[in-house]
Amino acid sequence: MFVLAELKSTVKVHPSLFSKGLSDVAKFELNKKLANKVLHKIGLMISFREVVSFQDSSILPVDGSSHTDVIFRYIVFRPEIGSLLTGKIKSCARDGIYVTLGFFDDIFIPKDELQHPSRFEEAEQAWVWEYPVEGDEKHDLFMDVGETVKFRIIDEEFVESEPSGPPDNETSSSSTNPSTDHNSRPPYKIIGAINESGLGIESWWTQNEVVDDDDEDDDG
Amino acid sequence: MEILNPKYQVLSNLEVLMALREIKDQKLSQGARNLATITYETIQYLENTPCKDQSEINLLKFITEVKQFNKLTKSEVLSMVNEPPSLPLHIQLIVEDLEERLTESQVDELIQLSKKYLIPSTHDSRHE
Repeated sequence: MFVLAELKSTVKVHPSLFSKGLSDVAKFELNKKLANKVLHKIGLMISFREVVSFQDSSILPVDGSSHTDVIFRYIVFRPEIGSLLTGKIKSCARDGIYVTLGFFDDIFIPKDELQHPSRFEEAEQAWVWEYPVEGDEKHDLFMDVGETVKFRIIDEEFVESEPSGPPDNETSSSSTNPSTDHNSRPPYKIIGAINESGLGIESWWTQNEVVDDDDEDDDG
Repeated sequence: MEILNPKYQVLSNLEVLMALREIKDQKLSQGARNLATITYETIQYLENTPCKDQSEINLLKFITEVKQFNKLTKSEVLSMVNEPPSLPLHIQLIVEDLEERLTESQVDELIQLSKKYLIPSTHDSRHE
């Protein structure tokens, strides 16, 4: 789920900081610049890890600051497509389920990727897996907000942030208009699926298996 | 910003948790608010996952013992470390074409190793 990315950036050090070590300043500046931000096609930047190397520093005649190219490694949240993640249900909507990890919450499980058959319960605003029992009977398994859900990552989407440009003539005074919402697409979004045995709410699978488990334990 | 290698190395959840705890223990100066936020929130998340009970030694033991199967890919082993299997169903989610690659007893053995080293809270190892 986490990787180390190797990056190169120029770090500017103001003369007032010359007394501090270059590594400390670089670490501080790179965390200030990158922590908790999404880099396009890289992932969510968590924290500076280590310096690989410094290149020669140069001083420009403007303010006396030194500029140094630094090669460094950064801890990044970028789970692999196909891997499993566990999160909590943030909200349910007719089009699917939104999941959060706390530090990252642009995760969406589309309704077509839920256990089959599932239905959306309008009154409860929750998705329900209609688990077939004997005959025509079915057992309703609710997916409520706050429940822990295990899912597989099936896709990711990066959206490059673009300068917003001049406002449209008509919407210029409507910055609070909710219709502008769809412009703020998250820069990094994960698409998940729970349509396999073992995925979804954890208790769906543990309860059924407990009996088998106990039998085996008795043998050993 | 120049990207040299987007995936220089994969990290286990435990490695990230240890690194972040180190950051949290240092006094963060002002201007590091984003770092403080993401560090705090990521630690919160990780402390609710199995890695909170894991140790480097146990991870190494798991990885070494799992090598005997000689059939699991690195990314499958990492998935097990991060999402430790306690049921055959979990292994099936992680290992593709499971039935062709591992026998039933190997699956059971994997679950035992996982319980012993990765989710010690489920494994009573006091007698060892």
